[in-house]
Amino acid sequence: MITRIRVHWTILRISIEERLIYRADFALGTLLRFMPIVTTILLWQAIFNGVSPTSDSSKETTIDSYRFSDMVSYYLLVMLGRAFSSMPGLASGIAQDVRDGTIKKYLVQPIDLLGFLFWSRVAHKLIYYLVAAGPFAIMFILCHSFLPGWPDAGTLIGAIVALILGFIIGFLFEATVGLISFWFLEVSSLLFIVMMLNYFLSGHMFPLDLLPGPIRSVILFLPFQYLAYFPAKVLLGQLTQGELFQGLVVQVLWVIGLFFLARFLFSRGVRRYSAFGG
Amino acid sequence: MSEIIVQNLAKTYQVYQKKEGLMAAARGLFKREYREVHAVDGIDFSIEKGELVAFLGPNGAGKTTTLKLLSGLIYPTHGSASVLGHTPWLRENAYRRRFALVMGQKNQLWWDLPAQESFRLHKEIYAVESDEFDKRLASLTALLNTEKLLGQPVRELSLGERMRMELIAALLHGPEVLLLDEPTIGLDVVAQRTIQEFLKQYQQEQQFTVLLTSHYMKDVAALCKRVIIIAQGKILYDGSLSGIVDRFSRHKLVTVQFSDTQDMPVLERFGQVMRSEPPRIQIQVERTEVPKVLSTLLDQYVLEDVTVEDRPLEEVIAEMFATVTTDPHRPEDDTG
Repeated sequence: MITRIRVHWTILRISIEERLIYRADFALGTLLRFMPIVTTILLWQAIFNGVSPTSDSSKETTIDSYRFSDMVSYYLLVMLGRAFSSMPGLASGIAQDVRDGTIKKYLVQPIDLLGFLFWSRVAHKLIYYLVAAGPFAIMFILCHSFLPGWPDAGTLIGAIVALILGFIIGFLFEATVGLISFWFLEVSSLLFIVMMLNYFLSGHMFPLDLLPGPIRSVILFLPFQYLAYFPAKVLLGQLTQGELFQGLVVQVLWVIGLFFLARFLFSRGVRRYSAFGG
Repeated sequence: MSEIIVQNLAKTYQVYQKKEGLMAAARGLFKREYREVHAVDGIDFSIEKGELVAFLGPNGAGKTTTLKLLSGLIYPTHGSASVLGHTPWLRENAYRRRFALVMGQKNQLWWDLPAQESFRLHKEIYAVESDEFDKRLASLTALLNTEKLLGQPVRELSLGERMRMELIAALLHGPEVLLLDEPTIGLDVVAQRTIQEFLKQYQQEQQFTVLLTSHYMKDVAALCKRVIIIAQGKILYDGSLSGIVDRFSRHKLVTVQFSDTQDMPVLERFGQVMRSEPPRIQIQVERTEVPKVLSTLLDQYVLEDVTVEDRPLEEVIAEMFATVTTDPHRPEDDTG
């Protein structure tokens, strides 16, 4: 057990070192991540102005119970959620390793691919948070008039748990897509489609409660909402204690389910693999 | 019990046939043709602890596939193998801790970090004791002359330096079996020598078992007493290096030196003339004919010197590979 922890700790440490080598790339990427949100917010501003005539200030415009300030808050919180759940390069990295034979490292050495990648990602995220804390803080301070007040302790804890579980779900899902490369060496098209769907299904594109009832119910059934929509709703204070708790429980179930799926795909994929590389 | 036992091991690949042309490419989207490649076609051998064995063969012979099978990278189509008592393709952690594979690049090293860090990671992965690790690392870096390179990112090292680092990483956990695939490929002569000498010395000290594949004779001659020759997925020979010539060469080289340079006879009827530097002539004679040829020459001419020697090993092997690759149905030991 101790040796396992030491292995993971070393992987963590080395991944962090690796990340720091590409410091400039990292810092710039972090700042650039905020660009799309600016255009989205401007779009919503235009939509809100279009919906109501500008002179009528007796009642604030809402779209499906979202005021403009709620919309802005939503997107900021989605950014936060995605800081936990987005896994850039995970799936394509696995595919690349399978294609060029680097995967043999995981077959020949006594290490586990998924465990290794997981702790690697934890390391990447930790560094990311360090570098991104500044820009995030700036954004949130600039927009603090849009944001609702700090949630109570219970909700805050729930939100943190939701974010962490969102990280795990995001990891397992993208790793699963990457593992498909054992069957189809080229997964970039599949990945593109998955990313497009994810953008929509996770609530990154717009809040899922804007969708009509039946469609919304189906989508909320999927794990993607936990990558962005669910944590945002929690932090906006728009869920009851019961809904929050239920959401967390479902998240845990998804984590377990995806974990077994990933492990299954890995063992099957490895069986099929015939070491093209090297 | 032998350390490595292989019985009737075989691996067949299904290789998709890509045909030329646009129509064929379009058709390929729906229906694909494949042919079977018998990379390894039923081989048997066993290796004892501490042996240094070379797997020699032309490209496509099945050497690398055999190593992949023994390291657990791929499953066989049929047959069995046992290394250190384990079946490699079960990939038990207990087995993986006891052997090492060096095949191509990116086996053990992280590209962007200094080799030192990769070694540190290895220590944890293989659970090597700290003092054992430090001692081994020190002796390996000293033997391979890489002390100054430890802090440099692997990406920046030359091929030769990277190869040496790969070897160190492979040996840090004290494996009992070392599988090497073309360890000196692409290296200059000096680097090749360095690695050959290192392997020889270190193996003698530590007494681990080594199975290496190569198509460089120099590797083999420098390191191994035992050679397994494999071609077209089948083992052609398993024995000592010197034995190869006895087995596979049907010719010997007879060099005669005449005392009288003006009287140079035509010797083609005895055999193929290989070299003619008067007063010396070298002819290639069938083994069985050698006694007769010698006695005839000694009878008919005045000779100052006569030498009978084997053909160079490289030539014999090259010829053997050439005949095997052109005629796959030829019986095993009939060459030249």
